[in-house]
Amino acid sequence: MFYREAGDFKTSYKADSQTFPIKFDRYRYYVVLFVAFALIPLVINDYWVNAIFMPFLIYSIAAIGLNILVGYCGQVSLGTGGFMAVGAYAVYKLMTAFPEVNIFFHVILAGGITAFVGVLFGLPSLRIKGFYLAVATLAAQFFLVWLFNRVPWFYNYSASGQISAPERTVFGVEVTGANTDAWATYLFCLVFTFVCALIARNLTRGAQGRKWMAIRDMDIAAEIIGVDPLKAKLSAFAVSSFFVGISGALFFAVYLGAVEVGEVFGINKSFLVLFMVIIGGLGSIFGSFAGAAFLVLLPVFLKNALVGGLGWPTDLAAHLEFMIVGALIIVFLIAEPHGLAQLWRVAKEKLRLWPFPH
Amino acid sequence: MPDQLIFAMEVTLNGLMAGVLYALVALGFVLIYKASGIFNYAQGVMALFAALTLVGIMEGQVPFSHLINAIFGTDLHHFNWSVPALGAILLTMAVMVFLAWAVNKIIFRHLVNQEPIILFMATIGLAYFMEGFGDMMWGSDIKKLDVGLPQGLNSMIDETTYGLLGYGFFIDNLDLVATVIAILLVSVLVMFSQYTKQGRAMRAVADDHQAALSVGVSLNFIWVMVWSLAGFVALVAGIMWGTKSGVQFSLSLIALKALPVLMLGGFTSIPGAIVGGLIIGVGEKLFEFLMGPIVGGATENWFAYVLALIFLVFRPQGLFGEKIIERV
Repeated sequence: MFYREAGDFKTSYKADSQTFPIKFDRYRYYVVLFVAFALIPLVINDYWVNAIFMPFLIYSIAAIGLNILVGYCGQVSLGTGGFMAVGAYAVYKLMTAFPEVNIFFHVILAGGITAFVGVLFGLPSLRIKGFYLAVATLAAQFFLVWLFNRVPWFYNYSASGQISAPERTVFGVEVTGANTDAWATYLFCLVFTFVCALIARNLTRGAQGRKWMAIRDMDIAAEIIGVDPLKAKLSAFAVSSFFVGISGALFFAVYLGAVEVGEVFGINKSFLVLFMVIIGGLGSIFGSFAGAAFLVLLPVFLKNALVGGLGWPTDLAAHLEFMIVGALIIVFLIAEPHGLAQLWRVAKEKLRLWPFPH
Repeated sequence: MPDQLIFAMEVTLNGLMAGVLYALVALGFVLIYKASGIFNYAQGVMALFAALTLVGIMEGQVPFSHLINAIFGTDLHHFNWSVPALGAILLTMAVMVFLAWAVNKIIFRHLVNQEPIILFMATIGLAYFMEGFGDMMWGSDIKKLDVGLPQGLNSMIDETTYGLLGYGFFIDNLDLVATVIAILLVSVLVMFSQYTKQGRAMRAVADDHQAALSVGVSLNFIWVMVWSLAGFVALVAGIMWGTKSGVQFSLSLIALKALPVLMLGGFTSIPGAIVGGLIIGVGEKLFEFLMGPIVGGATENWFAYVLALIFLVFRPQGLFGEKIIERV
């Protein structure tokens, strides 16, 4: 009824090529931003931040990063956990080596370092493809986790082998360490998520995104029409790892505070983020959010429903979660390979005609 | 002979034995990949599932007892019987065949003609599902598996080498048995694929699905057969690893060890899986022996991958793989 492009005239190229061409979409977007930035911080408490909002925001960044690589450029990576670890350890080393610099810059720098490492492990993608590459990225996963576990320089020779985030402030408000407020950490992550999504959305809309997609659809054809596979693939690895690095840095510094690398950034993390991308939708920024939200909410929901509601033992709920996630992956791959994002698109398409379907 | 060299020899021998076990898992991958183009990530979990089922049947565990107890408030754990090892193995094999049928019926029939990478991701989903399913069915505690295979130090080798070199090699009996079984298994598989009707049909499907269909080979039957074969290999691998280190979650991680073996040997070659397994087994043990103390140990986690990665850059199809030709 109100979800129409009719009557919404565009008078400039800029207006014509905006992200949300339909007025209703645009306002919805502003409302979401307003709620996220202004309303939620007022009412939020520790449980909600730690159980839902922070993992959601941080995984969203990681999923966006991986989606750029897998969904847009078609290079499957199973090394996400390892790259998140790079981000985490980079931010840790930076935080302890340069305590006077604002943590904001540390996080961005950590992303940059991860991008560099990502390019390094992306080099084999020029020679090998498909699941050969997927398996090759496992090398990154195992090697990086081992490296951070065994080389004491990375964890500053601490006795436990763990890293823990020192207290740092932004504008005088603590965002890392033990005495943080729920709203501060939430807002800190939200800013990063918002900026990352904005960058990713515009990158994938523009020339660079088209190059990636050309490589994804058929690399030889892309090469013939003048896309340099070297630049396209490596830039996808760099941008993807940049986002993944930022999410790893936030995951460690803001969310967990202390990290043991093998547990937190193991291979399961790689799969989790990959599942977010598949369930959410390959090649969609909205899908990354949807997938992250889904897989963050699912365990919380199952735990509350089964353990809290029916009184099942926790391990049974955990097994059921594995089964549901695995089955969902298969169902989505069979029935809807473009994931939740496609369902969303179909719903919007229906809404455009509603209530008069002709 | 200097001590270092003798140690290195022992390490090499043990590496060879470990390599055989890697090759055993890798074989399951190669079988399915050759026949259906599916890279089955769930192979390791299948091994775990087979071992869990075997233990469960042998001890007469009630399947889903945990779930049933949680829902109905009962207190079921075991039937009052136990099945002899051979019977249990046969029953487990029946379960694996059923699983092969179900996997094809429910999943891969709907994914025919999809890109390999989609199929690969589907098998990751399958691996997750089966992990949860296996645990739910049989419980997630570590179980002991004993089907009567010999274990422990082989005293004959120990004494002979002690007589020759003045130092007794430590070789586990189980590893020797595993080697023998692996050799038997490979010869049986090769004979099967070369000399039987079904084996020929399997190779035909591997070569060209459509051509095989047109001469009357049933794709469904071949796929179920291949997945059953892979289930059988998984069962053997599950028995070996389960006897060695107990039936537990980490058993499924041997799939991760088999991946570099495949990359090295080539995804399409049975001899490649064997040679790759041996190279990886020896390589990682020797590297750990020589370099481990210098760089902080536990290099076994990644050495195989990095070796395979470096190797792939120079020879993308692996040692024995078919050359990858791209047509536009």
